[in-house]
Amino acid sequence: MALTNDTIQNKLVEKFGDQVSNFSTASGILSFESAKELNLKILQYLYEEPILGFTFLTDLCGVNYPDNKGAELVVVYHLHNFSENIRLRYSVSTSIDETNVFTASKIFESANWMERETYDFFGINFIGHPNLKRILNVDEMDYFPLRKEYPLEDQTRIDKDDEMFGRG
Amino acid sequence: MRPVRFNLNPKEAEISEAISMGKAPDGVPGDGFFATQLSSVVGLARKNSLWPLPFATSCCGIEFMATMASHYDLSRFGSERVGFSPRQCDLLMVMGTIAKKMAPVLRQVYLQMAEPRWVIAVGACASSGGIFDTYSVLQGIDQVIPVDVYVPGCPPRPEAIIDGFMKIQELVGQESIRRRNSEKYKDLLNSYGIQ
Repeated sequence: MALTNDTIQNKLVEKFGDQVSNFSTASGILSFESAKELNLKILQYLYEEPILGFTFLTDLCGVNYPDNKGAELVVVYHLHNFSENIRLRYSVSTSIDETNVFTASKIFESANWMERETYDFFGINFIGHPNLKRILNVDEMDYFPLRKEYPLEDQTRIDKDDEMFGRG
Repeated sequence: MRPVRFNLNPKEAEISEAISMGKAPDGVPGDGFFATQLSSVVGLARKNSLWPLPFATSCCGIEFMATMASHYDLSRFGSERVGFSPRQCDLLMVMGTIAKKMAPVLRQVYLQMAEPRWVIAVGACASSGGIFDTYSVLQGIDQVIPVDVYVPGCPPRPEAIIDGFMKIQELVGQESIRRRNSEKYKDLLNSYGIQ
């Protein structure tokens, strides 16, 4: 029996009840959310349940919604079932004041660097990560540049005339 | 039939026109001798045998490759030998965007070069950060190392790179051999934290 989005949704609801929510489909890919405390349980279930078999973490990234009070930061997991060639998008959100999220690097080794990147740009504190430090930006950087509270331009520079660069 | 040669009355090449002689420095010529300043002779030698070290990180590097190739032929200026070892080179040519994470590497390469050394920043990114007005890009390499000549352009054409190179040659030819020991030069290096 081919795996369908409906089957995945039913299995998840059957197992986790109303703890998983906001199911939607975009471009044929099922998306859903849950509380951030559940992320490891859900990833583990998706990995180990034989008919689901989401054993590959395609991508892990962060998003910042500054107007979403209490859930400003989102961690998105893109999963892939190779044998059925089905993708899945799963996200958890967290407050910008308390950014602790459990690390997925014990389930997926590939999450190691991707979580470092997410930490680097969004400052999400992955609890249990073996080596949570900056990976792409300079070590001296003291902020998380992809959070929307920071303008794109380098604010420390003095050599360019602000007016000429649309910052006047 | 259309002639293969467009110029029907070609001028025969004269060897004296194909060779251009370098201008001799100011001095006193005489029978079998020529007296001039040591600086001028050293400058003449240095400027016509610069060894460039290309530090190419992006599209300006591609223009540099064209500059080095047969059509533009940078070796006409005595820079036949492009070195990839900082110890042997005189001229650091920085071509392309330098990310902040690359800055210590660039600085390290500069520090490894022996005096006298010159630096040319080719292109908008190396000179000022260019279009990358962002948190991750160094806003001009002169924030980490002193620069002698800036070449504008995005990317600059090979002619512009050659023009910048000739400006460097001018600087090199006129430089006093005592300049690198002067207080002013030491202050310049100190302002970059280089001893």
